[in-house]
Amino acid sequence: MNDPIFGRLEWSSFSVHEFIVDPSINSAVVAGAGMMVVIGGIALLWVLSHYRLWGKLWSDWLTSVDHKKIGIMYIVLALVMMTRGVIEGVVMRAHQATALGGGFLSADHFAQLFSTHGTIMILFVAMPLLIGLINYVVPLQIGARDMIFPVMNQVSLGLTTAAAALIMISLVIGRFETGGWSAYPPYTGSVFSPDVGPDYWIWAIVISGIGTTLTGINFAVTIYKSRAPGMHFMRMPLFTWTALCTAIMIVYAMPPLTVSSLMLALDRYLDFHFFTNDLGGNMMNYANIFWMFGHPEVHIVVLPAYGVFSEISATYSAKRLYGYRSLVIATMAIAIISFTVWLHHVFTMGQSASVNIAFGIATMVIAVPTGVKVYDWMATLYRGRVRITAPMIYLIGFFILFMAGGLTGMILANPTVDFQVHNSLFLVAHFHNVLIPGTLFGMLAGIHYWFPKAFGFRLAEHLARRAAWLWIIGFCFAFLPLYWLGLLGMPRRSASFTDPTFLPWMILALVGAFTILGALVTMVQMGWVSIRDRDQLAVPVGDPWDGRTLEWSVAAPPSEWNFAATPDVHSIDAFAVEKASGRPYQPALQYEDIEMANPTAMGLVVCVAATLMGFGLVWQIWWLAILGILAIATSVIVRSFRTDTKRIISASELKQAHGNWLDRVANTPAVTRDEEISFRNRGRSAVDVVR
Amino acid sequence: MNTKREGATRAVNYLSVLGVLIMLGFFTGDVFGADSFLTPLGPIAEAERTHLIRVIGITMIAIVPVLVGVPLILWRYRRGNKRAVYRPDWTFSKPLEITMWGVPILIICILGFWLWHHTVRFDPYKPLGDNPLQIQVVGLDWKWLFIYPEQGVASVGEMAIPVDRPVSLTLTTDTVMQSFMVSALAGQIYAMPGMETKLNLIADRPGTTLGQNTQYSGEGFAQQKFTVHALPEADWNAWVNEAQKAPLALNTRIYERLARRGSLAEARAALAPEQSAGSLLFSSIPPDLFKSIVSRYHDGTSVTAKQQPGSPAYQSGDEHE
Amino acid sequence: MTIENLHPGLNLGAAHGEAHTRSEPVIFGFWVFLMSDLILFGILFATYVAMSNGTAGGPGPQELFNLTSIAIQTGLLLLSSLTFGFASLTLKHDEGRRRHLLIWLIITAALAVAFLGFEASDFHSMMQKGGVPSRSGWLSAYYALVGLHGIHIIIGLLWMAVMLAQISVFGLSYQVKVRLLMLGLYWHFLDLVWVGIFSIVFLAGVA
Repeated sequence: MNDPIFGRLEWSSFSVHEFIVDPSINSAVVAGAGMMVVIGGIALLWVLSHYRLWGKLWSDWLTSVDHKKIGIMYIVLALVMMTRGVIEGVVMRAHQATALGGGFLSADHFAQLFSTHGTIMILFVAMPLLIGLINYVVPLQIGARDMIFPVMNQVSLGLTTAAAALIMISLVIGRFETGGWSAYPPYTGSVFSPDVGPDYWIWAIVISGIGTTLTGINFAVTIYKSRAPGMHFMRMPLFTWTALCTAIMIVYAMPPLTVSSLMLALDRYLDFHFFTNDLGGNMMNYANIFWMFGHPEVHIVVLPAYGVFSEISATYSAKRLYGYRSLVIATMAIAIISFTVWLHHVFTMGQSASVNIAFGIATMVIAVPTGVKVYDWMATLYRGRVRITAPMIYLIGFFILFMAGGLTGMILANPTVDFQVHNSLFLVAHFHNVLIPGTLFGMLAGIHYWFPKAFGFRLAEHLARRAAWLWIIGFCFAFLPLYWLGLLGMPRRSASFTDPTFLPWMILALVGAFTILGALVTMVQMGWVSIRDRDQLAVPVGDPWDGRTLEWSVAAPPSEWNFAATPDVHSIDAFAVEKASGRPYQPALQYEDIEMANPTAMGLVVCVAATLMGFGLVWQIWWLAILGILAIATSVIVRSFRTDTKRIISASELKQAHGNWLDRVANTPAVTRDEEISFRNRGRSAVDVVR
Repeated sequence: MNTKREGATRAVNYLSVLGVLIMLGFFTGDVFGADSFLTPLGPIAEAERTHLIRVIGITMIAIVPVLVGVPLILWRYRRGNKRAVYRPDWTFSKPLEITMWGVPILIICILGFWLWHHTVRFDPYKPLGDNPLQIQVVGLDWKWLFIYPEQGVASVGEMAIPVDRPVSLTLTTDTVMQSFMVSALAGQIYAMPGMETKLNLIADRPGTTLGQNTQYSGEGFAQQKFTVHALPEADWNAWVNEAQKAPLALNTRIYERLARRGSLAEARAALAPEQSAGSLLFSSIPPDLFKSIVSRYHDGTSVTAKQQPGSPAYQSGDEHE
Repeated sequence: MTIENLHPGLNLGAAHGEAHTRSEPVIFGFWVFLMSDLILFGILFATYVAMSNGTAGGPGPQELFNLTSIAIQTGLLLLSSLTFGFASLTLKHDEGRRRHLLIWLIITAALAVAFLGFEASDFHSMMQKGGVPSRSGWLSAYYALVGLHGIHIIIGLLWMAVMLAQISVFGLSYQVKVRLLMLGLYWHFLDLVWVGIFSIVFLAGVA
């Protein structure tokens, strides 16, 4: 019987405990990781207090429902979690480089590492990155003032943060599951893993899953209903198109994950038999349902990256995007087909050849629209005037490296070969090959591209480029050797190996991991230097790259309401057309009063309550879990009784603010692309003289 | 800053370092690991290797244009090159569209045909000939038990098969989901408790190779490997004889002890302490052992944690029980 | 905001034209949410069907299902959809008559409570016969599917209670009307899911 107050929680649950009782390298690493979280948290609290930032944090960020603020917070969350995820990757690489017959970590610790690494990277790095980017950019691209449901947007962020908090807490108190990010039962069931590890995973997944589903609804409805007059679907920027398809995919793909995780929870908590060995359970159902989520998920994380590549290939070639219609059709095709291929994750589970054939061919079919997209971006560069900036370096890295990922995807789509390389390092190399040059490079390119819009100053270009090259080189060394190791037969998730011919490749991979760490450090340095030099790098007029779409037509950072008057759209690349016709930056014919949502603490309340609820569920501290659920329900109901949830901004205020800004624009000299990365670029673009 | 030259220099640099290191890797030992399908011991693995090469070959048609085209385009259409044509409003070309959609579709059609054909031909469930050798495989934490029902023997950690005779494996586990693979002979197949899966393979030359579990099943997962001996007929008969004379007999109690979490080495230390290395051989097996392992999950009673091999709570197989 | 997208069936009184347009994205968003909920139930339906042989020697549908009680539950729920329909009509046509609206909502809630009562009693007698979720995979799938539907009904009842309070406090404001519209969608959706449960679980179970 559990303790009524503390549930399963005991002193030995704290991660430092093992080191105190039984010091070793392994337990030192475990305790150290936990300590870092605690010290990091305390350091953050100290900084906020010392620089008296609490007030500003509360009023400008934590209570804001502005899509721009929420977008930035999502990306900050992602970058923090990415730091942890990369460090975990480096530690795993280091362990495997010493794992010929051993390794410096315990096998159990290694298993927790690969499980947290995968969970964090997909759900707490890739997803928040794309959600943050879409949150920030899409309303600006479609001429809207905010998402349709700003408070729900904030609540989504709160739920995602709560789930991330649970994962961080698991470093300090308790442990994480060891079944990988897919957490297959029966291994993760209560019989084989009675500890709290799988419970941390389950509740982090369920809580963030609900948040993400709500985000999908928000994005889809916003893009459907909030576009500026004249912006037909076929006039939307490609990034918005990919955001729309991603949003719809989220709405359809997240429920299976919620279902499979809750079914596992029912098995563990209430002795149900969905996936148990006995009494009619069937573990194959878990695999199928999980991958019904899992496959669309990987396309969810890659489509926005494709959207970014569409935007930057056009902007940095000073050209219109080639093949708009093809790109739209390809995006939709990828979105739909991605729901029909999930079984390729379990070709080896024993089903008939016919089933494997159907899913194998469907999997290969996705390569067609994907290839079309790549060719379309090449055609955009073709006959353009290409400028190699940091985002373009990421695009180049994508072009060359993603091809290997696509090739190996085609290989894996064939059951005949998959039977050999499934669950091997070949698979690990493949999915990192598509996730890093695909998703990550796209997201990083997007961050570099839109950073000046969000913060009003550019990032230090030389450091940005260095980081990009380090990512490319680091990726090559860290992952290309794994293809070979996989063909040689090395399984994934191996805490040790016995074949000495594997060792040189492991060392190569470790070199790559350190290079990636170097890329991360360079990015931190880039952030530091950029903030230090922000006055010189400032681009207040908001169009540093001679952009083509609507978001570049407003100030950097944009005013809270984005557009003083909702623009009237007449074509694709509306802003480029305005600049070409010689009449950008015009005052509006008419200004109207607008309604904006008020700030609220709702998201924060839900975040704290969900974290407590999740912690209570994990440790079986039932009163805490119930308290958390009640707090969420109560806050929703109480909020629904509030009537003061919006405020009016008057037309005259808008007119005056807009007028001030237009004056500023008029007094800012325009620069050509020759001076794009010089300090003279203040964000106003001149017609390019190179013709 | 001349970023184009800088970029080119960096590209050459990283390619050369990569090349050197790859060559280093090749020269530090066995290039094509003896235990993979790159050095097959049987026709199925060999066909799988051929299929891999074909897929790579054909898909290159779609990929090489990118690898070649991107550097060319970047060089020719760099902003500094005023001689290059500039068509900022060029957004559609019918021949290009037909090519970029059509060629990949064609490639997929060809690959799809091969995929279909070979998936049927190399279906693990497809028998490879008459009179196959039957082996029943039980995945445990963290070792493999091989039961030879016709020969009346069993082994842990070692699978011996005769060359040139089809082998029909029936697999299950008594713990969690695992995945059985002998790369050099055939692809893998999942094995699951309460269920039976099948794998057919055949060795067409003698040799020793590695078999393993590829589906993570706990702390000892990386140790769950076994040796596979493909033996000429005389050696195969000798192996069977040796097994039939082994001092250990497999009974329920010993099976329950085997089923405890631990590696082969641990099981050996407990059951055959005088043997310092190698696999465990059993000279007799209880009748219908495999069937009983599968069916115990279908008798309508629950299998508690204490009764479930592989769970932390499982302790059976001891005299002191 | 797109123009010309009038939402049919929503009578918002004096602020008619503009409020139509304003409510459009919210209602549309709720439809999208219902799509995600449909997938949730869909997966549970598929799981139920896949596990229909997983009785593991334990009690099955023949022993456990009480079709009379199920018929009554179905009648109650369908009736509750009808009475909610009357509430919606009252909202559209008799805007001044708040009392009628409240009465129809209370009747709907009472029918839902009766539904839950029969369902709870069914669960109880099933468990007495050994039909507990921990007995078999089939029973787990049954309780998850039917149970999730029941949880949705409970949430709907909570929502109705809050609406009753808000109608009393705010009257028939724009916000209250939009919420009642969404509640109606939710309620009829749950009815549809029940028709699925009735057919796939109960009728197919004893066939």
